Amino acid sequence: MSSTHASTAQPSYLVDTGARQGLMAWLTSTDHKRVGLLYLYSMVSFFFVGAIIGLVMRLVQLTTFEKLITAQTYNALFTLHGVIMIFLFVIPGLPAVFGNFFLPILIGAKDVAFPRLNLASWYFYMAGAILAVLALFTGGGAPDTGWTFYAPFSLKTGTNVSLAVFAAFILGFSSMLTGINFITTIHRMRAPGMSWFRMPLMVWAIYSTAWIQLLATPIVAITLVLVILERFFGIGIFDPAKGGDPLLYQHLFWIYSHPAVYIMILPAMGAISEIIPTFAKRTIFGYKAIAFSSMSIAGVGSLVWAHHMFTSGMSNLAQLVFSLLTMIVAVPSAIKVFNWVSTLYKGSIDFQPPLFFALSFIFLFCIGGLTGVMQGALAINVHIHDTYFIVGHFHYVMFGGTGFAFFAALLYWFPKMFGKMYSKKAIYASWYPMFIGFNMLYFGMLILGMMGMPRRYYVHLPQYHTLHVVATVGSWLLVLGLLMFFGALLYAIFKGEKAEDNPWGGVTLEWTIPSPPPLENFEEIPIVTRGPYHFEPQAKS
Amino acid sequence: MEWMNQAALSAQKSDAVFFYVFGLSVVFLLFITALMIYFVVRYSRKRHPVAEQIEGHVGLEIVWTTVPLLLFLSIFYYGWTNYEYMRQAPRDAMVIQVTARQWSWSFEYPNGKKTKVLFAPIGKPMKVEVRSADVVHGFFIPSFRLKIDAVPSRTNTTWFQATKLGSYDIQCTVICGVDHSLMLSKVIVVPEDEFKAWYFGGEDAPEPGKNLRAAEAHPGLKDMPLGLAVLTAKGCLACHSVDGKPKVGPTLKALYGREQQILVAGAYKNITVDDAYLRRSITNPMDQVVRGYPPAMPPTPLSGQELDEVVRYIKGL
Repeated sequence: MSSTHASTAQPSYLVDTGARQGLMAWLTSTDHKRVGLLYLYSMVSFFFVGAIIGLVMRLVQLTTFEKLITAQTYNALFTLHGVIMIFLFVIPGLPAVFGNFFLPILIGAKDVAFPRLNLASWYFYMAGAILAVLALFTGGGAPDTGWTFYAPFSLKTGTNVSLAVFAAFILGFSSMLTGINFITTIHRMRAPGMSWFRMPLMVWAIYSTAWIQLLATPIVAITLVLVILERFFGIGIFDPAKGGDPLLYQHLFWIYSHPAVYIMILPAMGAISEIIPTFAKRTIFGYKAIAFSSMSIAGVGSLVWAHHMFTSGMSNLAQLVFSLLTMIVAVPSAIKVFNWVSTLYKGSIDFQPPLFFALSFIFLFCIGGLTGVMQGALAINVHIHDTYFIVGHFHYVMFGGTGFAFFAALLYWFPKMFGKMYSKKAIYASWYPMFIGFNMLYFGMLILGMMGMPRRYYVHLPQYHTLHVVATVGSWLLVLGLLMFFGALLYAIFKGEKAEDNPWGGVTLEWTIPSPPPLENFEEIPIVTRGPYHFEPQAKS
Repeated sequence: MEWMNQAALSAQKSDAVFFYVFGLSVVFLLFITALMIYFVVRYSRKRHPVAEQIEGHVGLEIVWTTVPLLLFLSIFYYGWTNYEYMRQAPRDAMVIQVTARQWSWSFEYPNGKKTKVLFAPIGKPMKVEVRSADVVHGFFIPSFRLKIDAVPSRTNTTWFQATKLGSYDIQCTVICGVDHSLMLSKVIVVPEDEFKAWYFGGEDAPEPGKNLRAAEAHPGLKDMPLGLAVLTAKGCLACHSVDGKPKVGPTLKALYGREQQILVAGAYKNITVDDAYLRRSITNPMDQVVRGYPPAMPPTPLSGQELDEVVRYIKGL
């Protein structure tokens, strides 16, 4: 790859160059890097709101705090926790932050294909977020249905489901528009010589994700509109009292919301595929296998939705088919894990915080994946469905998977994004409470689920109490770790040492430009002559 | 352990698959984790300063595509065959109508008897037809590894054959409103003849699982303290233990002076158990049901002396 190093005439993207200054310069910027940071700040803020709600929900399970909130408030909190974490954090997730910031740089472009649309997507996102918050305080109060809004409960409850659902509808536009933008960017804006199989794997992952966003999101958008119409006009699509079918709602909801799980995890896998070669100082093992596995996850993952409904009473044939497809979709994930681990083989491993978090991701994601396979087996599903087991499972996938990958990616690209380096010691220190607390909390939930503890319970039967205490203590450690982690990064933004242009010795295009990147990324568009992870062969010393 | 209690055939079927998948998962997770740690240590920059650029290996890719695929397919197959069993109730199964509503369960037997807890004879197939009167609920018996949703306008069926005497939790698993977590009941597995005596008996036939088991457990009433003898004879011990063991109702051990929450006229109230509470609970149990227990206890008429003896006995436990 060509190297247009250091001394560049362009100012950093962090310097205001236009007519507007300060906050307005950020809110009106169409620069993909600034939009990425707008997403980063807003998403991390929502993440902490969601985490605090989680903390309160855990406290209520302790005898001492059981009176902290009422049952109605508890139901509102788990709904809100789900809506915030899913729609405002993990679905926009890595593409909104790192996709926006690095996708153009990784393929050697100056910006995304539609920069204005990109900024508009962020405004859709913020509008959806504000509406979701408004839904708490207006109408009949905060929704209490869980983030899944199952009919007919969501049609009958007096709480403000309509506005919350409308918020999710608006958020869907942000997701779809981002998808369109990324697909176009990848098709049309690759640098000369950047053929499909020279694209970094992060780009493949974002590409797969963008297609799911584009194809699946309209379905949930329609579904949510139908819920609103049903609530206002009683049209009787889902309400059995009017000839509707509650299972139809579940199908429509999961046709989107299961692929959404892959919207959340695929980019995370992409980031891991970037991080491991850089620190192993060698090319990735099985490039094409990883690229194709992303695409096949996107494909097969769109056909497994009804495994959320095995106990709903659908036909035997449907159960058989969806269980089978669920097993098949596990294969490409396994392929990725094997390839990542093989990439460490005979590398020259420089152990740094991003790699530490990436390897933690693999461990936690494996637990998430394997517990997912358990749920896919019908005889087991009939026991653990809708228990704490599934709550533990999807936190291993979404938080242990996407969350830890998000942290790894943040550690990996932080010096590039901000031009500052964080304290590695502080980051290592934050890992211990985070990792230990995480496993106490969510492995505790897995066991509770096997014991038969149903999810979304304000009070629990006495036999479950001990593990509830373990999980709650785990949640404190986890939050402590998160505060240390983000504290260290925040400190680094203001007081950190200046970062080098290429602190990790990476070879993808973002490491060929200054930290922080100049306004238009590249002095001149690079000409790409080889694969993304080409480390110069070194002589044996 | 209490919670891995297999109280029905379906539990044995489900657990067999679970342990198969669990075993595979543990092996896989340990293997991957050990390999990662080994590589990180063995190929650290210190020990291995020059990386080898290995692009991939087609043979390996094929192996780790096909082997997991075959294993996953075996999990699918095993999971399906053991589940299909749960879908097909035998023809001679007794059919129980289960109705879920916000926020309680009710059970109706073929002869029209209605209960708030589900009585099931041991070793006999029981088919349950689950319906909902309002929103979606989930009918879940953890000790049977059995779950089926109650969906309005649909009738979902499943079946079980209990293999162990005792009482087991029924819980709602689909969020259905403010008291979702209190939508509890019990399934009580009793000997078949006892079940029949109740089922074919008149309206005043004693509910199964009480007198008979109490009498079996305590053949010599006259050697007991008077209070215990009354408790035994009236069948109280079927649901209340005197040694702290959990049963359908709260244990009587250390009950006196215990602080607990009771449901009074639809609201929870904290109380300390005293004489007055005990007497009222025996004569009018529905007035003050303890939180977390089903409202299942029938009023028990006792003479004044019997009541005094029972209260004195409970105080000493």
